[in-house]
Amino acid sequence: MLPLEDIRTQIMEALPGAACEIVPNPGPSGQDSLLVDSASVLDVARFLRDDERHQFDYCSNTSGVDWLDQKVSETVKVAGTDAEGQANEVEETLERVIPGYLEAVYHLYSVALSVGPLVLRVRTGNRSEDVEIPSLTPLWRSCEFQEREIFDLYGIRFSGHPDLRRLLMWDTFEGHPMRRDYQAPDETLAFASANGKEDAS
Amino acid sequence: MKNPLTLPGLGILKGMAVTARNLVGSYYGTKRLHTISYPEERLALPENSRNFPFLVYDGEDADGGLRCTACRICEKECPPQVITIVPERDENGKLTKHPTVFDIDLNACMSCQICVEVCPFESIKMDSAFEYSSFEHVESLVLHKSDLAKPNSYYHDIKPTEATAVDANLEAERQRKAEAAAKKEAALQAKKAAAAAKSAAADAEKTPPTPDTDASD
Amino acid sequence: MNPPVSDWPTRSADLSDDGILEISMGPQHPSTHGVFRMNVKLDGETVVWLKPVFGYLHRNHEKLAEKMSYLGSMPYTDRLDYFSSLSNNWAYALSVEKLTGIEVPERAEYLRVLLAELTRLQNHSAFLGFLLGDMGAWGSALMYAFRERDLILDLFESLTGSRMMCNYMRFGGCRCDLPEGWLGQARKVVDGFPAFLDEMEQLLVGNEILVARTQGVGVLAGADAINAGLTGPMLRASGVDYDIRKVDHYGIYDRFDFRVPLGEHGDTYDRFMIRLLEMRESLKILDAVLRDLPEGPILDPKSKSRGLRPPVGEAYTRVEAPKGELGFYLISDKSPEPYRYRVRPPSLINLTLLEDMCLGSKIADVMVILGSIDIVLGEVDR
Repeated sequence: MLPLEDIRTQIMEALPGAACEIVPNPGPSGQDSLLVDSASVLDVARFLRDDERHQFDYCSNTSGVDWLDQKVSETVKVAGTDAEGQANEVEETLERVIPGYLEAVYHLYSVALSVGPLVLRVRTGNRSEDVEIPSLTPLWRSCEFQEREIFDLYGIRFSGHPDLRRLLMWDTFEGHPMRRDYQAPDETLAFASANGKEDAS
Repeated sequence: MKNPLTLPGLGILKGMAVTARNLVGSYYGTKRLHTISYPEERLALPENSRNFPFLVYDGEDADGGLRCTACRICEKECPPQVITIVPERDENGKLTKHPTVFDIDLNACMSCQICVEVCPFESIKMDSAFEYSSFEHVESLVLHKSDLAKPNSYYHDIKPTEATAVDANLEAERQRKAEAAAKKEAALQAKKAAAAAKSAAADAEKTPPTPDTDASD
Repeated sequence: MNPPVSDWPTRSADLSDDGILEISMGPQHPSTHGVFRMNVKLDGETVVWLKPVFGYLHRNHEKLAEKMSYLGSMPYTDRLDYFSSLSNNWAYALSVEKLTGIEVPERAEYLRVLLAELTRLQNHSAFLGFLLGDMGAWGSALMYAFRERDLILDLFESLTGSRMMCNYMRFGGCRCDLPEGWLGQARKVVDGFPAFLDEMEQLLVGNEILVARTQGVGVLAGADAINAGLTGPMLRASGVDYDIRKVDHYGIYDRFDFRVPLGEHGDTYDRFMIRLLEMRESLKILDAVLRDLPEGPILDPKSKSRGLRPPVGEAYTRVEAPKGELGFYLISDKSPEPYRYRVRPPSLINLTLLEDMCLGSKIADVMVILGSIDIVLGEVDR
């Protein structure tokens, strides 16, 4: 497989408006990924599938990942005045929140050229209302069930998916269980014991 | 491959020959007969077979001889979290390296033997007994320290190769510790002797030498 | 409760309610290979619409792994595809090894190939038995297949301690070495296997009922199969030459000389025959391994199973499990638990084209097609 920088260059040549950047992988596996924004992901994916140099005709794996909001506190020196009116520097602790997001990660392989994996990442805006990204099922049918599972367990809405409904949980289930901050409801049941009386266990 | 549809019905007839061979052959020898009448006959389990854990004790005392020191590593590493350990403390609140409570919940134990793998003291091992059926969940299938404690001789019965290797390991460990302790003791003695010799020499220097009244003669 | 349904791919046309019978096959059904349900609409006996329903065996494996150490997840991987636990163990161990950079000694690599191919043999034997059972051959073929399979499971029990939930691979090698006499026993089993395969072929391959029920049923084209992410024997039955053992060069498969059988028509008969032929190729690999197994350590001494903290990063690896491509995607943030643990289940993705294959065929063929996909619900639902 071509190095990821070359693939990115070819994508930018073919689709000048596409926004994609490389996310390096710090670990020993060396599998860097290509981060594409949701506006251009369909075009980029179609290019990767149809271009003869790449021919990524097989989407092996689609996973969801939940990145929570991160609180970062930094101590900075701020210019101020002390009690006598003299200028000095005080330390202030600033807390800011790096907003979290949900992510769909696609692992693409080429059966025709026997290369892979190419890791494609698409991120949502945030974890609450802005959770819609385009579905890649019209390009690779293998994403059909896997995107349904991500919708079920993480809550990412895939626009353009032909049949977006829950896969593993039952239909009246509420919530998205694989999110990192999911709290399972307290399911202490009251049930009737053998002699017909209500008995909370 | 030849076209199987040469003569209609021939394929089925050939298949019936196989079934007939297996049927008749099951009366002669055990190659084609693959069942035994359990529970009257039982197959011997292989030595490595594992089912649920048990605790090993050395000697006669089923409680005091337990190798377990209540370090709680197995409790921490157990994937379904079925082990409950309460370590014993003496009257001053100090840990005595002995468990007061050691419970394993067989309802949820999945026989993965990770507790055996992580134990540093060779005190928990896998049993191969599997006939635990009962009518209650909690009373019969949560095993306590007294149910789990089995002697080293039992361990040798069910897993001779493994038990011999474990005994050899423990013996080697004991010897290593004894040698290290002896060395430490010897070093301490040597140090004491050196210190004593040094202080004697220092004393000898401090007091002036008494004139040897007989020496001048 | 029936889920709201959609019409894509648009094949259900205008299904008027006249004469359309909707049935639910499963979840309690002897032939669905587990708790699996299909909502099927029939026009007479012909299938006009089929939607599978999953989730009856969902055990939350991926979220459990986020709360458990890397070693603690290993017994849970046994329970994914519970027929081939050693393949699942290997796939997970490979993934962690890629995440951390641990190397595996020679003897352990040979042992891994040995056990993976034995797993493939016993999985395909069980498949033969179950497919014949689904078709109404009751227990004959099943019992013969299980008889051979039991010999292999006895081998697993004397090595790992358990017949099916083996928990044997570790990060950097294998857990324990072969006991006395195991190699001789394995040699006996491998030598006796071709006789069993010959007997099964005589019983099944020419059988007119089998041929009539499977040839031309559930035809799948190669290009559709690739696009739908099908892998394993299903893909090769449609004529696509893609075997991950040859493509990814994982383990030491490059040292063995084996062929990859391919089908021509992509129907159920081809999928059935492919697995018979794959068993013969596995026997070749097993012969070579048993002959060449070297001495040496089975675990990298620098690896630690307990308290493993891989460096920050992520890795995706895959193996050729008996059912298809089994992949593990791990993200680590240097804590003892993985940040994200994802299993790429071959059985779930192989079901993508179930509706396409079943449309237009009779209801009796649905069972045969489902049986030829070779699913196991532990993997589909995790």
